[in-house]
Amino acid sequence: MSGDGPNSGKPTTPENAPARGRRRTVELAGMAATTALSAAMIGFVLLYWAQDLPVASDLYAGFRALGRSMDAAFGTNVFRHPFMWQSMATGVLIGVVAPLVGTFLVHREMALIGETLAHTAFAGVAFGFLLNAVTGWDAPLLLVALVVGIVGAIGVQWLTERTDAYGDVPIAIMLSGSFAVGTLIVSYGRGLTGIAIEGYLFGNLGVVTVEGARLMAGLSVVVVVAVAATYKQLLFITFDEQAARVARLNVTGYNTLLVVLTAVVVVGAMQVLGVILVAAMLVVPVAAASQIARSFRETTYLSVIFGQLSVIGGFALAIGGELPSGGSIVVVAIAIYLLTVAASGFSVRAISAHG
Amino acid sequence: MGAFDAHIDRVVDSNGRAKRSEDGTSAHTVDPAIELEDVTFAYGDTPAVRDVSLTVEAGDFLGLVGPNGSGKTTLLHLMLGLHAPDEGTVRLFDRPIDEVDDGSRIGYVSQQATNRGGAMPVTVRECVTMGRFAHVGHGRLGGEDREAVATAMETVGIVDLADRLMNELSGGQRQRAYIARALASEADLLALDEPTVGVDAESRDAFYALLDRLNDDGITIVLIEHDIGVVTDRADHVACINTELYHHGDTESFVESDALADAYGATGQVVHHHHP
Repeated sequence: MSGDGPNSGKPTTPENAPARGRRRTVELAGMAATTALSAAMIGFVLLYWAQDLPVASDLYAGFRALGRSMDAAFGTNVFRHPFMWQSMATGVLIGVVAPLVGTFLVHREMALIGETLAHTAFAGVAFGFLLNAVTGWDAPLLLVALVVGIVGAIGVQWLTERTDAYGDVPIAIMLSGSFAVGTLIVSYGRGLTGIAIEGYLFGNLGVVTVEGARLMAGLSVVVVVAVAATYKQLLFITFDEQAARVARLNVTGYNTLLVVLTAVVVVGAMQVLGVILVAAMLVVPVAAASQIARSFRETTYLSVIFGQLSVIGGFALAIGGELPSGGSIVVVAIAIYLLTVAASGFSVRAISAHG
Repeated sequence: MGAFDAHIDRVVDSNGRAKRSEDGTSAHTVDPAIELEDVTFAYGDTPAVRDVSLTVEAGDFLGLVGPNGSGKTTLLHLMLGLHAPDEGTVRLFDRPIDEVDDGSRIGYVSQQATNRGGAMPVTVRECVTMGRFAHVGHGRLGGEDREAVATAMETVGIVDLADRLMNELSGGQRQRAYIARALASEADLLALDEPTVGVDAESRDAFYALLDRLNDDGITIVLIEHDIGVVTDRADHVACINTELYHHGDTESFVESDALADAYGATGQVVHHHHP
């Protein structure tokens, strides 16, 4: 234990202090830009909602004019369409909330929970289609998916606490089981309606509805507020669950909160990313951030910044190449991850991906 | 080296605590810190703790000894409410264990750091700060909290490691960070499960000297330690267990008794415990 004295560690020398200061400045600038962008996007969703009201109509007209001039500048036919802004608003907000929740999920070794809840939500969407077709009622699909997703989240949580199997066994059962139910419903419903479920499977900018964007805006505010309010508790149970229990934190309660927040994020994100790819935004930016972060707070910030870059880069790729949005966003996210691996000298920090 | 000896007074001063008299027993009619009554616990069909009754007075320093797999850790977990007993009752701070909601009164260092911290980028400072979370709840950390964290890091000599990641440290350095976290909680009760595994001899001696001082200031300590010599040197009372309680009494009576040989010897002979 000779190398174990209190002074054997790398001391905080004055010469690496400026580097840390610069690093912090970049992070804060990135967070500020992300916050501003998210606020602008929520602003757009609200303006679209209120476009018939006196003041809002002028602001909304300004927004449309900005879109037209952006189209003129880039030579595109994208930004003049309000429905594209709905998609982009949804994407930008996904880029914030998915990595935010994912930071805790990944380090709780619960990365696959997101994938599972996406499949549960898929069953929810299928069920919503069927419900609407059979009853002639016009229930918002995503709301049905949200309810089914949250019920599924609590079910997964209940199963993992009650069963003796390894943590990932109930998750695997839930993942394939809910997808199986979804396919049965789709198959049954196909006779009744022409169900257009592919958009939810692979993600499509065109799928995002006005209601979908509004839902995402509302959910994002809820998720950010919930994580900010419980950051300390989520950090403690993620890092050392046993000590958190001794400190009398309600570990089961916070675990449940975390999976419910995941379900909420997944339902909002599946419009753009698609069921199959939704888990990537929970995991990949966090893996990239963990690769180079020097503290947990920094991991959280960098995850959100990388998530945002992935969404913006992915949109650019999707619009430029007329590609599906989900695949484009995930490919950009993975490119960022590979860059961080290279930046940290190719020493992959083994984050367990099971469970 | 100076580890462990700075600002001890600051670590212990902010809570009103029970003071002990010179003979090491509770001086005033202070409520016992921990009371176990006929506690039995099994993992499935494997009994881990059988029919254990013992009381830890406020301000006591209890050493918990026994062979490997004797149920020491399980007994500590029962005391802290990490397990619910199959039979019997556990009371902590004179309340039924499941009604104890003030986590800020307990500081805990688990065996070999049972956390998941493997790849998680958490700094030493962030880890030690977790010791304050039970105090602040959903509120913000204040100057008092940051001061307690700084003092605890100074006490165990890890100030210069504050911004390093936990997963970059050696086992002994990491263990000191966990000890600092328990100290930062400024608890009435410190529960320590082989806290100095992997810590070098010099730091270990300094740590046990610190425990003595904390105990002198009235903090209740329950210590699991495989080194019997440390226990007999430091503890006021010793509980020797091997599933059943072989001995619980003051350290002197433990040294004179055959409890150790009985518990470790596994002769099959059951020695019934006796309370002094």
